[in-house]
Amino acid sequence: MQELRIHGRGGQGSVTAAELIAVAAFEGGKYVQAFPAFGVERRGAPVQAFVRFSDRPIRLRSQVYTPDFVIVQDSSLIQDVDVFKGMRPGGIAIINTERPIEHAIPEGVRILTIDATTIALETLGLPITNTALMGAFAAATGMISFETLSDALRHRFTGSLAEKNIGTARRAFDEMKATAEAA
Amino acid sequence: MALEIMEGSIAIAQAVRRCRPKVVAAYPITPQTHIVESLAEIVANDELDADYITVESEFSALSACVGAVASGARAYSATTSQGLALMFEVCFNMAGMRLPIVMTIANRAMGAPLSIWNDQQDSISLRDAGWLQFYAENNQEAVDLHYIGYRVAEDHRVLLPVMVCFDGFILSHTYEPVDMLGQEEVDDYLPPFVPKYRLDAAAPVSMGMYATPDYYLEFRYENDLAQKRAIDVVREAGQEFGERFGRDYSALIESYRMEDAETAIVAMGSICGTTKDAIDEMRSEGKKVGLVRIRCFRPFPAEDLRAALGHVSRIAVLDKNVSLGAGGTTARGAVGLEVRDALYGSSIPVLDYIIALGGRDVRIDDIKDVVAACEAGDGDRFFGLRTEVL
Repeated sequence: MQELRIHGRGGQGSVTAAELIAVAAFEGGKYVQAFPAFGVERRGAPVQAFVRFSDRPIRLRSQVYTPDFVIVQDSSLIQDVDVFKGMRPGGIAIINTERPIEHAIPEGVRILTIDATTIALETLGLPITNTALMGAFAAATGMISFETLSDALRHRFTGSLAEKNIGTARRAFDEMKATAEAA
Repeated sequence: MALEIMEGSIAIAQAVRRCRPKVVAAYPITPQTHIVESLAEIVANDELDADYITVESEFSALSACVGAVASGARAYSATTSQGLALMFEVCFNMAGMRLPIVMTIANRAMGAPLSIWNDQQDSISLRDAGWLQFYAENNQEAVDLHYIGYRVAEDHRVLLPVMVCFDGFILSHTYEPVDMLGQEEVDDYLPPFVPKYRLDAAAPVSMGMYATPDYYLEFRYENDLAQKRAIDVVREAGQEFGERFGRDYSALIESYRMEDAETAIVAMGSICGTTKDAIDEMRSEGKKVGLVRIRCFRPFPAEDLRAALGHVSRIAVLDKNVSLGAGGTTARGAVGLEVRDALYGSSIPVLDYIIALGGRDVRIDDIKDVVAACEAGDGDRFFGLRTEVL
């Protein structure tokens, strides 16, 4: 079983990202479970959402404490929250930032950065980063394919909004593919 | 079987649609909200031929259902926590008038202090109201128990309301795969509601009348008898469900790796999933541990528990509720009290652990700690207390 923890701020679509990644992985043939860290949601407050992936039905109901993958939607969170907590060696952290990460990184964890905010602004016209990070997650981890992610986005959004989101995910997917291969 | 992935609440709403209630009356409350929002949309889109009655309180929601079922219509509601508390009076009326319904409880803690998070104190507090109570481990089971719930509730040997309880947030807000069944499959399994008695201007009857001391005791006796008869009706409905759809619900309890177990855990609801993973780990470490999961808490399967637990050396009960003041100087929850009662006369120690109240997360290591404490004879207490804040 693999586990993903998404860190974001209320309003950035972390729960939606968890759901759509789960839908894409399910369509790719995996058993999945996606859920939010249940709190009192407020715009701007730190939030978390989780996804589990397995080849067998998933019974475990605890929150995710030792993630294989972490997505950080907002690099300013790194000052407030220990986003790398519990990460295992071999894990991958995908961080939305335009700057290098100066924070201490756990041993054996691979950090991959992407400027999802700029991608979102240029493709969607809005600083909503979750779609770009879903594309980046697909490219960085291979846990979901771009095709199943596109289907999940098409299912969630309608018409031109769906196509715009798929375009956002595509650009992030390609950028992350290049980053991951260069690193 | 065709698995689809969706949020637990949406799966419940889709299952309710397939049960074809004629009346839905509910008041939104976290974490039940997504169920009733989805059903309102389903009715508005003509995907379900029902009256959706918007009400000003939970008291009115269930009262509207009382009227609907009394007139012969299948009805549905959903609530949680303080909302269920506001239905308290109507819950007793509904069972006393022998009106069948299925109501979903997205289990949540009771205030004060205010908590929107999960435990099972809300429905447990209504255990004596006369309703049947089912507790689901996962969303597949929560969905299936709605189909089974109506079958059992409306059976003329039972005629009692049913609560399908599933853990708020932990199940209600989780996306996971479920097999929803097709409408035709549900129609074949769950025929239209045929009331035994109903309000009819052409053949008037009165319901919920005054019972003098000469009659009241007998009404309560009949109510209890119907609960007893429900044991076999649940078995039959669960078995037929298994024969048709491959998921067998004929047992009121589930035994997991109990064959040679020395320590048995007894629990209800979603905590049992985490417990099963913990048991697999403990088994691989050589510990003989098993789980008995209670799916049907009312009627209480006392005989089944005696048979399942008779060979163990000790029992740890995980209670996501607390019966405040029970147990003298030690702590008790409702499940622990009932398990002790079922095992009365046996020498097997039953130790109670009040756990996961108000949404406190439970990890595999917590279950292992409970088992270690039980082996040491240390129980009948709150588990995981943060003593530094006391």
